[in-house]
Amino acid sequence: MNKNITPPVIEIGVIGWLRKNLFSTWYNTILTLIGLYFIYLIIPPLLSWIFFDATFSGTNREDCTSSGACWVFIKQNIKLIIYGLYPSDELWRVNIAYFLLTVSIIYLLIPNLKYKGFVGIFLLIIFPIICVFLFSGGLGLENVETRLWGGLFLTLVIAGVGIVLSLPIGIMLALGRRSKLPVVSLLSTIFIEIWRGVPLITVLFMASNMFPLFMPEGVNFDKLIRALIGVMFFSAAYLAEVVRGGLQAMPKGQYEASQAAGLTYWKMMALIILPQSLKIVIPAIIGSFIALFKDTTLVLIIGLFDFLGIIQFVGTNPDWLGFSHEGYVFAATIFWVFCFGMSRYSQRLEKKLDTGN
Amino acid sequence: MRPSKFSNFIFNRNVQGTFYQAITLSIVILGVYYIVQNTAENMMARGLASGFHFLGVESQFDIGMTLIEYSPTSTYFDAFIVGLLNTLLVAGIGIFFATIVGFAFGIMRLSSNWLIAKIAETYIEVIRNIPLLLQIFFWYFAVLRALPKPKQSIEFMDSIFLNNRGLFLPDPNFSEGSSVIFYLFWITIVISIFIFIWSKRRQNRTGITFPAFYFSAALIVGVFFASLAATGFPVSFEIPELKGFNFKGGMKLIPELVALTFALSMYTAAFIAEVVRAGIMAVSKGQTEAARSVGLKEGLVLRLIIIPQALRVIVPPLTNQYLNLTKNSSLAAAIAYPDLVLVFAGTALMQTGQAIEIIGMVMGVYLFLSLFTSIIMNLFNRSMRVGER
Repeated sequence: MNKNITPPVIEIGVIGWLRKNLFSTWYNTILTLIGLYFIYLIIPPLLSWIFFDATFSGTNREDCTSSGACWVFIKQNIKLIIYGLYPSDELWRVNIAYFLLTVSIIYLLIPNLKYKGFVGIFLLIIFPIICVFLFSGGLGLENVETRLWGGLFLTLVIAGVGIVLSLPIGIMLALGRRSKLPVVSLLSTIFIEIWRGVPLITVLFMASNMFPLFMPEGVNFDKLIRALIGVMFFSAAYLAEVVRGGLQAMPKGQYEASQAAGLTYWKMMALIILPQSLKIVIPAIIGSFIALFKDTTLVLIIGLFDFLGIIQFVGTNPDWLGFSHEGYVFAATIFWVFCFGMSRYSQRLEKKLDTGN
Repeated sequence: MRPSKFSNFIFNRNVQGTFYQAITLSIVILGVYYIVQNTAENMMARGLASGFHFLGVESQFDIGMTLIEYSPTSTYFDAFIVGLLNTLLVAGIGIFFATIVGFAFGIMRLSSNWLIAKIAETYIEVIRNIPLLLQIFFWYFAVLRALPKPKQSIEFMDSIFLNNRGLFLPDPNFSEGSSVIFYLFWITIVISIFIFIWSKRRQNRTGITFPAFYFSAALIVGVFFASLAATGFPVSFEIPELKGFNFKGGMKLIPELVALTFALSMYTAAFIAEVVRAGIMAVSKGQTEAARSVGLKEGLVLRLIIIPQALRVIVPPLTNQYLNLTKNSSLAAAIAYPDLVLVFAGTALMQTGQAIEIIGMVMGVYLFLSLFTSIIMNLFNRSMRVGER
């Protein structure tokens, strides 16, 4: 008997795969055909609009004669989109920040490199301090008002400040909510639930309308800082719940063992509990960051020109009326790349950090 | 050396705890006092009176879309109600469509058909990673605003019209006799519920099954159409008609409402799809195998074994998504759909300057919805925990 008979051709290879995954039953065949029809309806027109029929070169709208997208619109306004109204002579300051950010992120993404911890700390603590001086001025640099900040730059600033400041506040709130001290726990719970219960827009309205009333006569924060405070608290409340999930997932034995070893509360938290529980919730934390990044677009409602705000704004320029499709598709692509990248990174991290215990 | 009484005292856990709490509390109280003090001074300086008297004052502004009687002579409180109803309307329609689309994509994503699963996955990954506000802008400015004028409307079956003024639907008119149909409809539903209870009890007692679902579906639909025919079709539809430059008659949905509900449902559907997928996957494979091995048909495996267990996982995050949709409906302010935030925290705040009261009321509405939902959810979780091993 020949044991090396090959399986029938319809069960292996491309044909086998197609039969198994696309045409296994009569209704699967129908579904596949419907699916193919949908793809046929959507993909070819989309591709020809974006690439094949699109105009890439030129300087004004007269150059866009084809039926496809007019990317000249983006090209002509790219400086506004990336930097906002930041003064042209000072753009190098923003560029340095972009450069440092890109390099550090690439470093963190390459597997098996040393000193990743230091790069992470640099990114979370030192880099923001550098940015404060770079962007707003001081130390011999010329002062740049925040109303000139805009575009992708402003979006990254808001998201970055939100991420960097909301994490420690969120951790403190989570510890507070889990605390055995009733007053601390009650106050933290109220704080968290209030911010989580209301939409970000109302928080931003509050920041722009109520904060000025809270401050003594003469003290006036500028609009960006007010928005940042709102975004920071809002995001901290969500992070607090994420971190609390991690704290609750810690086995009780960890708490008992560290107490038996004689650690104080703060040592126990800082050395034993938080490192382990934060590790568990890293994917969820990144999930919150993605949500925060998407939510930064809301600041345009209180009159800040973030990435989406500036795209709206250049779309109303009389020279470029009627190109909103290009603007939105471009903005959507950029946002998608950022958010999808972060979510893929968190999935990878999740697999890597899963030590099985 | 024995520790002194004093060090005994200051290293005592309870004493330390009380001390920390006292400090926290006094900081919070001082902070609140500082803010209240400043606010009072600032309001005095601006000549604003605190309190809710402004609610009874004439609003003197009009609102583009109202579900109740409203005019510029109505009060600010009426404006608040109008905004609230508009928010609830968007949330209701959005939740309805998001659930349908979300469940469809969630199930598609688990399909054994590779192409269908990939299409669903692409949809979810694309929609989830683009800001909602951008999607709302896209549907409103780039799609609905760019639609043809009423004369060149997009038509469906000569009764539904879509153009840059909005979506026009046939409006049902109920004449005399239609109330009979209404009552009969409800009566058949009540009867069906009793049939379900009876068939379940009988099955528990004797093991004999009864096709309760098909029977009651036939009953409800049959009686509905029979009563329609018997009363001589008292329901007529008023079809929108092109008069001059715009449509008259019928039901008009303003473009802001259409764009907002569409974007909200598409966006939330992507999240619901993931919730549904996670719920179905949370039911362990052994359950399916065990159900098959006792000889249940595929449909019954799904209906009796998988869906009840999956729902227990799905419902809490699903309500959370509903809540998110309701909160996200506040993005209406960006495209000028007159929801609670735009009408009240926007226009009314600008006119009266009562920032504290108005923002407090708006936040209070959303907070109430959130807390209410979470209380319901806790009750649900408690009742669902029974039967877990």
